[in-house]
Amino acid sequence: MSPRAACRLEALGIEKVYDYELGIADWKAAGLPIEGPGLGYQTASDAMRGDVPTCKPSETIGAVRTRVIAAGWEDCLVVECGDLVTGRLRRSAWEHDDNTIASEIMQVGPSTVRANEPLDRLVKRMDQRPTNLVVVATPQGGLLGVVIREEAHRVLQGDPLEMIWMDCDGCPGQWRPARPGT
Amino acid sequence: MVERITRAELVDLIESDAVQVVDVLPEAEFLSGHIPGAINVPLKTLDFETTRVLNKSRPVAVY
Repeated sequence: MSPRAACRLEALGIEKVYDYELGIADWKAAGLPIEGPGLGYQTASDAMRGDVPTCKPSETIGAVRTRVIAAGWEDCLVVECGDLVTGRLRRSAWEHDDNTIASEIMQVGPSTVRANEPLDRLVKRMDQRPTNLVVVATPQGGLLGVVIREEAHRVLQGDPLEMIWMDCDGCPGQWRPARPGT
Repeated sequence: MVERITRAELVDLIESDAVQVVDVLPEAEFLSGHIPGAINVPLKTLDFETTRVLNKSRPVAVY
């Protein structure tokens, strides 16, 4: 739709026209702010946190394990080419020898969800699988944050995320808000 | 000449207050969530009259 509009705007005398062809779906999926009176439901971005540990594929398990456990997490996301999520190290990864390289044992291409995914639907899926953590990424695979199932349930109940972390025994790490993607 | 831009480029343009953002989706879709500050001019209504709200000498980013 926007290429036609851009062409039309130019014909109507606008001197410089930029076409953001990927549009609002791409914008929302990146977790960027939106406004409008019809925003009536919660999305993954409402329960998203940005303090999940990350590592490079070339790092050793010994080094990564120390960092991840010290931060109070069980998982580590493997990122490369900037912020692209290419792998995930789960708890079982920490049983490997210190010199094992992350890329040798990581789960390649972990599933991700978009920031604009309705939260109730996401939590239902997490309950069914079950899975305790999902990765939130841009459509291009850039890391935005993660959603923890227990926290997401409480967000749906109306609890503020900051408060949830303060009395959540099963939640990892130290809560930090996720940064919107660019 | 129309220039295609990425999300990151649009963010930069908005942050530097260098564009007017125009949402050409139907009004119902606009109301269900739009880029902050965007003006809604649905594609089907796009003409000289409806674009009077725009400053023609200032760049426009459309989606």
